[in-house]
Amino acid sequence: MSNVKKLVLIADDDSDYLFQMETMIKGIGFDVITAESQAQAEQLLETTKPDLAIFDLMMEQEDSGFILAYKTKRKYPNLPIIIASAATAETGFTFDLYNETDKNWIKADLYLEKGIRADQLHREINKLLKL
Amino acid sequence: MATLHLLVVDDEPGIRSGINRILNNYSVGYPFMDEDFDFEITEAGTGEDAIEILNNKTIDVVLLDNKLPGMDGIEVLEHINKQQMDLAVMMITSFASLDLAIKATRNGAYNFMPKPFTPQELRSSIENVAKHLFLKRMTRKMQEEGKQIRFQFLSVLSHELKSPLNAVEGYLKMMQDRQFGDKLDDYEKMIDRSLTRLKGMRNLIMDLLDLTKIESGKKQRRLRDINLAEIARVAMDTLEPLAIQKGVRVSLHCEGNTNMLADSDEMEIVFNNMVSNAVKYNKDGGNVEVKITDKQQALEIIVTDTGIGMSSEDCENIFEDFVRIKSNKTKDITGSGLGLSITKKMIEQYNGSIKVESVPDQGTTFIISLPRN
Repeated sequence: MSNVKKLVLIADDDSDYLFQMETMIKGIGFDVITAESQAQAEQLLETTKPDLAIFDLMMEQEDSGFILAYKTKRKYPNLPIIIASAATAETGFTFDLYNETDKNWIKADLYLEKGIRADQLHREINKLLKL
Repeated sequence: MATLHLLVVDDEPGIRSGINRILNNYSVGYPFMDEDFDFEITEAGTGEDAIEILNNKTIDVVLLDNKLPGMDGIEVLEHINKQQMDLAVMMITSFASLDLAIKATRNGAYNFMPKPFTPQELRSSIENVAKHLFLKRMTRKMQEEGKQIRFQFLSVLSHELKSPLNAVEGYLKMMQDRQFGDKLDDYEKMIDRSLTRLKGMRNLIMDLLDLTKIESGKKQRRLRDINLAEIARVAMDTLEPLAIQKGVRVSLHCEGNTNMLADSDEMEIVFNNMVSNAVKYNKDGGNVEVKITDKQQALEIIVTDTGIGMSSEDCENIFEDFVRIKSNKTKDITGSGLGLSITKKMIEQYNGSIKVESVPDQGTTFIISLPRN
């Protein structure tokens, strides 16, 4: 591994969750930039190319994460994207609102339920960054 | 103009062309429908032809003779029933025995029309069938939409309940792992944030309880002659600590008789929501004015603040469930996103209205009108 730390962009409108994720990801050895909204994330992506991005699903819109993922992939096709959501995986609530056609344009590499442990997250990130 | 597709099944060509003539240029309309219906007619001389047409074409109403050369009308009806086709059937028959009538009704025939019939009899029967069909379809559509709304509500609700849980859980784990060392002082901000999030969650649950009361309609409303000025004062007292914290001054002005027949618990919810919003979304050191005016037929409540205001686009959505304006100015303000939707539902139970006017960075005014009867 090179000495330059990889850069992770986290977008989440929940400032507590954003702070916790930032702490966690810095803790496992990455640099972090944060955005508190879809709009702010889009702005950051204009000038910065992170190595990986983690987007919350519901921000300004209930599908902000999907829109961000779509726009990001158009600009940086190889940038790995994780969508993290508090929507309950057990009940499948939010994702069921989207039909197959919608799913086709949602270009995230991984969906994560919020509340993931640091070691699990570390493993997933390493997999996506091929470290 | 909407078109209903009518299938006439009769082996007598004279009857078919007669019906065609009578219903040509005929249309039906009801006060509760957006548009009138006219009719497009398809003819079938046998039951077999009728089934062929029903399987390949959208048909809304079937005029069905029972006595047909091959398979009879009842068999066509059974086919329609088995395929669960979304249409209405009216039987036309010269010898309607009780036996046939029972069998036909059991298979979903909507109505009978004896042969021979006058043009007027046909038109009024058709009018009834069209109305029946329209109401049936409308009811089903509304039920489906109701389910959809319920589903969206639950999906957002689960998100709103899980977010604070995740935040608090996250902070507790950070403390458990001693991520910032062994001194409790270094975790003070996290403890504060956890308590704030828990408080937000408690408020959400309280708001949900209010909402359930409205939606279930089970709660007995106790309508009494109450003075809204007194209720307003109770709300202002309840919210005084919050107002002091923000240095916001809340004042009450009343004009005329402020009594009306209402449930005091419900009015308290309305005033609590209005005043707490006006304080929460205010600037430090701002003002809130609550004004109750006697308008004879109604009471008018105006709540004005000198707060952060909002755009006209935000004003349009603000009464929806879980809608909160997200911006830098609101990010530290907790709220369930249910307060205004609850308030609006409460006011509508009194046949009242609520509207909002707002100028960003200058303030917001809510105007409520509550009819006295």
